[in-house]
Amino acid sequence: MKIAVCVKQVPDTWAEKKLRSDDSTLDREAADGVMNELDEYAVEEALQLGEAHGAEVTIVTMGPERAGETIRKALSMGADAGIHLVDDGLHGSDALATSYALATILNGRGFDLIIFGSESTDARMSVVPAMVAERLGVAQLTFAQKVEIAGSDVTIERVTDSGYDTVKASLPVVLSVVEKINEPRYPSFKGIMAAKKKPVETLTVADAGLDMARVGASASWSAVVDFAARPPKAAGTVVTDEGDGGVKIADFLTGQKFI
Amino acid sequence: MGEVLVLVEQADGVVKKVTTELLTLACSLGEPSAVWVGPGYSTAAEATLAEFGAAVVYVAESPELAAHPVAPKAEVLAHLVSEKSPAAVLVASTADGKEAAGRLAVRIDSGVITDAVAVSPELVATQSVFGGSTVVHSRVTSGTPIFTVRPNSTPPVASNGAAVRSDISITLSDAARKASVTGSTVAVKGGRPELAEAAIVVSGGRGVGSPEGFAVIEALADSLHGAVGASRAATDAGWYPHQYQVGQTGKTVSPQLYIANGISGAIQHRAGMQTSKTIIVVNKDAEAPIFELADYGVVGDLFAVVPQLTQEIGKRSA
Ligand SMILES: Cc1cc2nc3c(=O)[nH]c(=O)nc-3n(C[C@H](O)[C@H](O)[C@H](O)COP(=O)(O)OP(=O)(O)OC[C@H]3O[C@@H](n4cnc5c(N)ncnc54)[C@H](O)[C@@H]3O)c2cc1C
Ligand SMILES: Cc1cc2nc3c(=O)[nH]c(=O)nc-3n(C[C@H](O)[C@H](O)[C@H](O)COP(=O)(O)OP(=O)(O)OC[C@H]3O[C@@H](n4cnc5c(N)ncnc54)[C@H](O)[C@@H]3O)c2cc1C
Repeated sequence: MKIAVCVKQVPDTWAEKKLRSDDSTLDREAADGVMNELDEYAVEEALQLGEAHGAEVTIVTMGPERAGETIRKALSMGADAGIHLVDDGLHGSDALATSYALATILNGRGFDLIIFGSESTDARMSVVPAMVAERLGVAQLTFAQKVEIAGSDVTIERVTDSGYDTVKASLPVVLSVVEKINEPRYPSFKGIMAAKKKPVETLTVADAGLDMARVGASASWSAVVDFAARPPKAAGTVVTDEGDGGVKIADFLTGQKFI
Repeated sequence: MGEVLVLVEQADGVVKKVTTELLTLACSLGEPSAVWVGPGYSTAAEATLAEFGAAVVYVAESPELAAHPVAPKAEVLAHLVSEKSPAAVLVASTADGKEAAGRLAVRIDSGVITDAVAVSPELVATQSVFGGSTVVHSRVTSGTPIFTVRPNSTPPVASNGAAVRSDISITLSDAARKASVTGSTVAVKGGRPELAEAAIVVSGGRGVGSPEGFAVIEALADSLHGAVGASRAATDAGWYPHQYQVGQTGKTVSPQLYIANGISGAIQHRAGMQTSKTIIVVNKDAEAPIFELADYGVVGDLFAVVPQLTQEIGKRSA
């Protein structure tokens, strides 16, 4: 089996995130870059499925030079190879442009399974996996908390607001995973050393055969008009419980007409 | 004014509150039309859609549309966009809604903006990003604008619509049929409002200490007719189902009232609740960062404060 995992480098979630004042894109210099947390679960799922069914796992990312660190991390967890789409012309791509670029690289490489995280922690759109499925015309099995493969049949539990739906399809499929699915492994020292020798293919917009007019900020289908920091919240009242804390909150809620 | 399509969210034939909010928003942008996908359209649903201003209801009732996830919604909407050339399409910012909007964007080659909290008559969206710390105005620059709108963003206002039924039948693409829903499992107890839609959310964190401890949180939620939420520490420990996690990797909520109990206020938790209108905090550590967000906070043991509050609410609302 051939598995691709799409991973995104995002600012560390512990850092304050900002937009750049010059072009309203994410300020990637302001914080350390880490692998999007849910993408670690996607890599782990690929490795586990690979261990169970035999597979080659390829990591795919689109992002600036340093997003290569994210590929290395996945390789040190145990993935086999990487593809890094890196080109200044991609800067400022929106979700349509990103899904177009990813679908183009993934297309025609014979992947049986393409695994995503279900959401990035920076832009949090939760749309790229569905968009890639639509573009490739393959089955969409997303928000999976459990995946089972038997022959060419794939069954997942898709998380819903009230529980889960069971959803089935035949390979090839696009999968996205939620954090309940597994516990991602830490790279071992041996894994880190081995990762240095694993192949990473670097592609430019031209190498990937992308239409320059459909990627990057100027080509995008949406644009930021302006942005501002949210005004800080006025300080509230904090009291220490002296046996009447509950009553005091009830007084506050009555004043605010919640009771 | 142009037509504005609103994709209806429903459970067992009942129109969800977020749809009434989207119809209200659509009234301010143009002429609202509701789009119903799947079986189960009823007179009760029609009455709700009419009450909140739907001039037309496009009904695509084939059972096949509910047998496959997400894609059928995108394909019904794509069909309507090409037939009706609407001014905009509004979809709820739920997991299904966002994915349907994303697939629609690809199909009709139009821009999509997710998690809008407002859309102006000029079709400029307001997004509250990075956990509410930054407010962005953005617009779609190509195609028919598609917006996914967060629940609780627009108070629903009744506005009489004719809700004229117009039946739609489409042929699903082969790609849409490739994934099939074969079952649905309800893991959580009903009876409480849905977390993302609730006007009041009462949450518990590691300070709740155990699954049994959540009875205290549930009792307070019930006294206020609110929903229950949890921090990741509580869901990871298995004390409360994952569906109820609030934060970066859980649900984003923006209720009128959020009560955080035994939650420290890590940046990833705040990302999911920071835009709540009024925030109450109960925590025994006066230094807990969650107090920075509090409109009213009590430093104390939640097992003393919360039951007393529940009892007091019971007395006052009797
Ligand atoms: C604050 C903010 C708001 C934005 N709002 C919009 C908007 O409303 N509309 C719009 O069109 N664009 C928007 N963008 C741009 C958008 O974030 C990017 O185009 C992004 O690539 C896709 O969105 P996401 O990261 O939210 O993807 P999601 O759909 O949340 O990502 C899901 C998964 O897709 C995969 N993935 C995503 N990006 C990549 C990548 N570069 N390489 C490999 N795999 C990837 C990962 O597996 C990830 O877990 C916004 C950006 C920011 C910073
Ligand atoms: C990438 C990433 C994503 C994440 N996503 C999320 C997310 O979506 N949601 C989320 O919540 N977290 C998320 N987290 C985890 C987050 O960092 C925190 O670990 C988590 O929010 C802590 O939960 P807590 O506040 O319940 O626990 P703690 O931080 O342990 O706080 C417990 C609090 O309870 C108080 N307390 C204890 N006993 C009592 C008592 N009897 N009465 C009153 N107060 C008491 C303590 O004083 C303390 O302040 C994420 C982390 C990462 C790295």
